[in-house]
Amino acid sequence: MNVQASPDRAEDRPLLYLNGVSVSFDGFRAINNLSLYLERGEMRAIIGPNGAGKTTMMDIITGKTRPDSGEVFFDGTIDLTQHDEPAIATFGIGRKFQKPTVFESHTVEDNLLMALQGGRGVLGQLFYRLSRDDAAKISEILETTRLSARRNDLAANLSHGQKQWLEIGMLLAQNPKLLLVDEPVAGMTDAETEETARLLKEIAQDHSVIVVEHDMHFVRELGVKVSCLHEGSVLSEGSLDHVSKDPRVIEVYLGR
Amino acid sequence: MTVDRAIARCVAGFAFLLMSLIAAFAQEETIPPGSPAIDLLRQLPEGSFRERGEVIGALADTGEVALVPILRALEAGSLFVVTETGQIVTTQADGDGVIATDVATGEEIGALASSAVEQIRVNNLIRREVRTAVSQLTLMSPNPARRIAAARDMYASANADSVETLDAALAAEDDDAVRAVMEEVRAVAILRSDASLEEFEAAVSTIVARGGSQSIGILQGALSTASEELQPTIQAGIAAIERNLALWNVAQNIWYGLSLGSVLLLAAIGLAITFGVMGVINMAHGEMVMLGAYTTFVVQQVIRTSYPELFDWSLAIALPLAFVVTGIVGIAIERGVIRFLYGRPLETLLATWGISLILQQSIRTIFGASNREVGNPSWMSGAFQFGGLSITNNRLWIIVFSLVVFAVLLFVMKKTALGLQMRAVTQNRRMASSMGIRTPFVDAMTFGLGSGIAGLAGVALSQISNVSPNLGQTYIIDSFMVVVFGGVGNLWGTLVGAMTLGVFNKFLEPYTGAVLAKVLVLVAIILFIQKRPRGLFALKGRAVEA
Amino acid sequence: MITHALLRGLDGKAWLVVSILVAVAIFVPASNLLLSPGHPLYVPNYLVALMGKYLCYAMLALALDLVWGYCGILSLGHGAFFALGGYAMGMYLMRQIGNRGVYGNAELPDFMVFLNWTELPWYWWGFDMFWFAMLMVMVVPGLLAFVFGWFAFRSRVTGVYLSIITQAMTYALLLAFFRNDMGFGGNNGLTDFREILGFSIRAPETRASLFAATAIMLAIAFVVCSAIVNSKLGKLMIAVRDAESRTRFLGYRPEYVKLFAFVVSAVIAGIAGALYVPQVGIINPGEFAPANSIEVVVWTALGGRGTLIGPIIGAILVNVTKSYFTIAYPDLWLFALGALFVFVTIFLPKGILGIATGLMARVDRRRLPPEPTADAAKPTPAE
Repeated sequence: MNVQASPDRAEDRPLLYLNGVSVSFDGFRAINNLSLYLERGEMRAIIGPNGAGKTTMMDIITGKTRPDSGEVFFDGTIDLTQHDEPAIATFGIGRKFQKPTVFESHTVEDNLLMALQGGRGVLGQLFYRLSRDDAAKISEILETTRLSARRNDLAANLSHGQKQWLEIGMLLAQNPKLLLVDEPVAGMTDAETEETARLLKEIAQDHSVIVVEHDMHFVRELGVKVSCLHEGSVLSEGSLDHVSKDPRVIEVYLGR
Repeated sequence: MTVDRAIARCVAGFAFLLMSLIAAFAQEETIPPGSPAIDLLRQLPEGSFRERGEVIGALADTGEVALVPILRALEAGSLFVVTETGQIVTTQADGDGVIATDVATGEEIGALASSAVEQIRVNNLIRREVRTAVSQLTLMSPNPARRIAAARDMYASANADSVETLDAALAAEDDDAVRAVMEEVRAVAILRSDASLEEFEAAVSTIVARGGSQSIGILQGALSTASEELQPTIQAGIAAIERNLALWNVAQNIWYGLSLGSVLLLAAIGLAITFGVMGVINMAHGEMVMLGAYTTFVVQQVIRTSYPELFDWSLAIALPLAFVVTGIVGIAIERGVIRFLYGRPLETLLATWGISLILQQSIRTIFGASNREVGNPSWMSGAFQFGGLSITNNRLWIIVFSLVVFAVLLFVMKKTALGLQMRAVTQNRRMASSMGIRTPFVDAMTFGLGSGIAGLAGVALSQISNVSPNLGQTYIIDSFMVVVFGGVGNLWGTLVGAMTLGVFNKFLEPYTGAVLAKVLVLVAIILFIQKRPRGLFALKGRAVEA
Repeated sequence: MITHALLRGLDGKAWLVVSILVAVAIFVPASNLLLSPGHPLYVPNYLVALMGKYLCYAMLALALDLVWGYCGILSLGHGAFFALGGYAMGMYLMRQIGNRGVYGNAELPDFMVFLNWTELPWYWWGFDMFWFAMLMVMVVPGLLAFVFGWFAFRSRVTGVYLSIITQAMTYALLLAFFRNDMGFGGNNGLTDFREILGFSIRAPETRASLFAATAIMLAIAFVVCSAIVNSKLGKLMIAVRDAESRTRFLGYRPEYVKLFAFVVSAVIAGIAGALYVPQVGIINPGEFAPANSIEVVVWTALGGRGTLIGPIIGAILVNVTKSYFTIAYPDLWLFALGALFVFVTIFLPKGILGIATGLMARVDRRRLPPEPTADAAKPTPAE
């Protein structure tokens, strides 16, 4: 899978480009020569058994973990291995965690305000005043995530599904180029799951998205290209039907 | 200098001590009747100074040790001759007259008129002869301790004339310890003579082997008078001694450092359990140490008043008691306070600080605010020399003790069921609980163990520091520094951390003074934690990130 | 922009605090100076000094609340900033003694003459000027906080580790200031002050003014803190406290947020220390003792952290009790304080104010209109 090393224009290169990435913790290879790339505007689902390296891959992309070797480029030219989490976030990569992490002692609205795209400097925050545009944006996201009614409630008081949505809403507020969504439907009811799939598809219309998910039902509903990770590298890639027929994938999931 | 030589000298030094004791009983010696010395003594006042000098030499050749005080009296000008009888006497003023004592027999002659005795005159020639004679006589003394002392006395005065005396003494000498000293003195003497080049070089190397700052002085003295061609030899010798001294100095610093490190280890090792393994910030840890020290005090009080003969056993009795007392207090604290605060480390910190205040004040109320006297059993006091190191017994025992405690703790954690359960509970409480481990019991036991060890530390620290209600406060910050520096959750880290900090501290002290050294160590640790927030022996990986 | 930010600090809570403090700042000096000792409302001299001391402590607790209550940084070394501010003030007061010291040396403070020093160390230069000393009152603690915080927060030292190294910091300073060579009076510290800005430091008028200044400074500090916590930065601080890594993935740099709060807090603590010293008449290394710093934590915890008002109440409450105990039952005070630590952490995790607001919230919940979002309703031009 050799991508041309230096295409002429940044826009032509894939949005996210991982090549030969490896990382190990105390001798355990969490990611092993992983290569993967994502086109602009694409939504990709990542599946794989526990310990396949899905979360570690997210950690590498977002700067939480530094790879031992390999290249990670974003938007053609940005070497993500050289930057830390806040820098990568401001480049335009948003992340939703497996376990919903919202600011529980803030209201739903304030959570979105925190996430809202804009300056991140300390003094800028001190003198920040809510503009009409920002207020409108927040209201819009509240609509999209169906949280308008709970606008002034503390995030701590939301249900599990609502927290997941709030987090997705925070991602939207960040307005990133790439969204990394880790298990968005874990612990959701069927109705909520469907609702989430709808939400993600809506988001994917104008964002690039990587979704990590166990729930095959949900992945099928998304109807996007699937990469199956196993032992830290891509085992199989293609449509869900293609991947689920791959004998190696079947072996990994069922065999042994 | 080689270590075994150093050991030989230690042994010699020890033997010397012993023999000086014996010598004290054998002090009263008289000249046996019929000895040629008696006749020679009578010749002392007669003839020219030169002739009398020869008499003194002859006296020395008789080997009568009892002559030594007489010769000293002569040198001091307090030897007289009774003009009528020619008896040699010492005198004591008595009214107008004197009371004379015959030096040859030690008998009192009785009162005489002052004019009846005449002082035996001495000049520098006589004095020199006397000194040589005294050296010769004492060097021949049957008492090895005396011989060593005599040889040592010659360090300052040794010169070309002493070489002969020493050679004679060496020829007769069969005690190795005495020989060693004599040879050194002989070397000094040769340096001050115009001996041949070979002899001179041999002498320098003997002195270099002896080492010590005194030897540098001797060599420097020789340097000023020595000929051109000898200069390099001597200078090389001085350099060698200085190197050697520097080396011993480093060793001494390491020793002090290890000693401090062992104290830190003792104070911190209980914390390595409660903080390192359980993750509980116990600010009352220092007070557990203090309770251990006060337990020792109480034990000694009881022994002093009721069983004084047991005093040497006081520490052995205090150890298990301190462990039990502080262990129980620890369990009480865990059950009473800390268990409500698991998962809230900052609150735990504050609550245990409150407990520490209460414990301090309780002790202050019971025992008073001032320092309490805790005695050292006989085997804990005293010191000895090991080569260039001076080692005090209490420090040595504390190092040994700290290592034993460490080893036992390591064993408990790694090899016993309790240790296994402790580690299981700290790694995954829910899982351990569902596997049938009684987690509250294990928590209490772990905390009790950590506190009990603090109590043991208190027993040891009572031997070297003031036992006061503030004892714990002195150690608490240091203990935390050690654990954090070594890496939380790692006993070996605590050991290495304690020793490193101890040695580092002691190496800084000569340059900066004790207080600034400590400040610098603290600053260094603060900077170190910035660099490696998880300490020296940090666990790595995803699990830690949470 | 700054006025707007400060105005935001003047919410209902702040109005209450400011009004009370201004009233106290007027009433206490007036009563002390104008009323006769027999009058029922007369405030005796010793009480003025004592209350001034309480207000300084309150300010220190307020400073701690900004970092602990809002950023989750439990500093066990805030006494160090307080003491440094105090030393800066003390140095000014020492220089004001001039040649009226025991040795009558106009250039050198007594303790330097005693140590046979011949000239003023460079770090004492300028402290004869009030404005410079006041600048240092803020710069020195601020700078220490900046350097310390820069290293600590960037390398992500958090939680108890941070607490322990802040404690080590103040302990190191304690040891350092005990040394005579440091040039800060060693064990005895700085004392025997004569006058401040030309006024005798023992005169009732000066003391009354110092008290008023303390109350006003506390009010200002409160408004500043309130402005900070009411801003978006304040919300970010709470976000950092609760989920630091999450803020990082949103593109914020929590280390700078904490650094800002830490430095502001240290400056406030420094000012508190500077006001404290002329009112108690001495500053010595004992102020650096780790026990002092940790006591501030319990004031804050008792009052209720993350409330700004709580720490002020807590500080005054504990210290009034302490004053009472140390006279009535001196031996029992440490028992009481120790028990207070345990009690507050186990039974009052949110402090007195937390309980009070919790009760009020329950009553008010139904009456509250849906949060007005005042700013959204009347948008202002972007700045």
